[in-house]
Amino acid sequence: MNQLALLIAATLNAGTVLALASLGLLINERAGVVNLGAEGIMLVAAVAGFATAVHTESSILAFGAGALSGAFLAACFGVLVIWLHANQYAAGLALSLFGAGVSAFVGVPYTQEKLVAQGDLGIAGLRDLPFLGPALFKQHSLVYLTMALTVALAYLLVRSRVGLVLRAIGESPESAHALGYPVQRLRLLAVMFGGASCGVAGAYLSTVYTPLWVEGMVAGKGFIALALTTFATWRPVRVLAGAYLFGGVTMLQFHLQSAGIQIETHWLSMLPYLVTIFVLVLISRKPGFIRVNMPASLGKPFVPEG
Amino acid sequence: VTKLRLEPRPSPSQTLALTTPILALLLTVALGVMMFLLLGIDPVSALRMFFVEPLRTAQGWSELAVKATPLVLIALGLSVCYRSNVWNIGAEGQYVLGAIFAGGAALLAGEDTNRGYVLVVLLAGTVGGMLWAALVAVLRDRFHANEILVSLMLVYVAELLLGYLVYGPWKDPEGYNFPQTITFVDAARLPPMVPGYRIHYGAPIALVAVGIVFTFLFRTFSGFRLQVVGLAPAAARYAGFSARRSLWTTLLLSGGLAGLAGSLEVTGPLGQLTPYAPVGYGFAAIIVAFVGRLHPVGVVLSAFLMSLFYIGGELAQSRLGLPKSLSSVFQGILLFTLLACDTLINHRVRLVRAPARTAARASTLDGVPNEKRAAR
Repeated sequence: MNQLALLIAATLNAGTVLALASLGLLINERAGVVNLGAEGIMLVAAVAGFATAVHTESSILAFGAGALSGAFLAACFGVLVIWLHANQYAAGLALSLFGAGVSAFVGVPYTQEKLVAQGDLGIAGLRDLPFLGPALFKQHSLVYLTMALTVALAYLLVRSRVGLVLRAIGESPESAHALGYPVQRLRLLAVMFGGASCGVAGAYLSTVYTPLWVEGMVAGKGFIALALTTFATWRPVRVLAGAYLFGGVTMLQFHLQSAGIQIETHWLSMLPYLVTIFVLVLISRKPGFIRVNMPASLGKPFVPEG
Repeated sequence: VTKLRLEPRPSPSQTLALTTPILALLLTVALGVMMFLLLGIDPVSALRMFFVEPLRTAQGWSELAVKATPLVLIALGLSVCYRSNVWNIGAEGQYVLGAIFAGGAALLAGEDTNRGYVLVVLLAGTVGGMLWAALVAVLRDRFHANEILVSLMLVYVAELLLGYLVYGPWKDPEGYNFPQTITFVDAARLPPMVPGYRIHYGAPIALVAVGIVFTFLFRTFSGFRLQVVGLAPAAARYAGFSARRSLWTTLLLSGGLAGLAGSLEVTGPLGQLTPYAPVGYGFAAIIVAFVGRLHPVGVVLSAFLMSLFYIGGELAQSRLGLPKSLSSVFQGILLFTLLACDTLINHRVRLVRAPARTAARASTLDGVPNEKRAAR
């Protein structure tokens, strides 16, 4: 019973990293831009957040540093693909490779650092409930904020004017342009939002989840977050559910081990990646299913004159 | 108000297509100088590590060839893939599988194995890379799964598989519990090409591969077909060129070349399998392919440049105490600046007088976007 509570808690914790990044990427994909640089952004933000936490001992500032560095890198990528019409895949990959290099370069002095332990986490009062307390209410506040963000984004995308415009520039930028919306500037904002979200996710990873800085510590989570938007057919609530599912799979390996089930660690560590491929295959099986749900101009450059 | 505007060219500029890589290199160097100044390092001595020191000794040239060999092989395959619009970015995984298969074959060899066995080892590695890429092709072809994500996820799986083998069943029993296989017997290793230097027969093999891929791409009908599939899918469909066929061809070719690169690395310079066999050549080769304009000859030049960055990074680490990851910082910046400069191939920059803000608003309201009016 206690084991199960811990597994649920760990799942929420691990899922939050993926959910935050994936929700951000969902926004820029709804606006028509795929950012394969998520992995690099998360790495840079992880080291930026960790360094800030080491020097200031403030977790708010650490998340701020993560968000700022993420938004900045995403803006560089955005200018490249939105105004200079660079190939989105190539530019995203460049960002991922660059991020891996820069984070390793900047992170060298921080590999030995440790963070000051956080105080009691969670919601006072509910935290001490039997089973439910340790399972649900002993989390970092960002876990709950991510849930709130999911609901807010789901509402905004469908029910608000901002959401409508955002979807319009992702579905038919020509029409949005003809109506007088600044498609390119709005796309940049969406890309920067995505970068900031990935940045907060990276900072959460290095300052709360691990909390350590290790070179290459994102280990494909940025790419899994990208896959999640597809699995969730670009809907926020499904992204959150998918993120928890993946968080659960990641955590299961540790809990299987502690439960005494003997499987080689290397095989268990493959699980999240294999599950990603498996779900991707499952969801792409029917031709057209993804295409129907996908923003119509995803990945395509928009040239106002055209 | 005057501002800079990008205007589409009537046709892409051929001259710029060849000069933007050089422009991008200059920009990268400029950014590097700025970075060194910010870090308080003398930019001249730092740049010497990257562009002068590696070229001063025969040892340096040999190291350049050692680094450039896998980059050329992998980037050749990737160029063919990207020309056909197949986004294989998991070459690193295919490289690892090549190393694993070659390592497995090498472990089967004994003291009395024939010298020619090394060819079997290389072939095994090539097949390993092809199998890993075939997995991507099956999932894409049968289930329409996105090849970017599948090939990338398989990189992590491949690295964990290598880890499992060298920590587990393939571990050297006399290796003091280090995660490594035995050093392969001579029959399973590439013989030294020049005694005293690390350069190996992979370098000439890579150059032969350049010739073969060049001929395939530009002198055969299959090569032409898969480029049409990439450039104009609708035209290719109309002409009856199969997209499925080019998917399989490009993935098997690039997987095989990456696998060959991996097997050359373990039979040549490494001589055994360790978890540190993959060092990111598969990812760096993506940059090599783009900087080399997805052209076999360009790939050789850009692989040479990237190797300079690698060796420069190592020298900067040993002599200036800078982290080795400096090389990947520069490699990333290079691809970034290249993509930015590539805009100039299809666009020209012009100074234009932008219409005043209110006029722009009004013109948008009558349904004529202001850019259209300015163009008239």
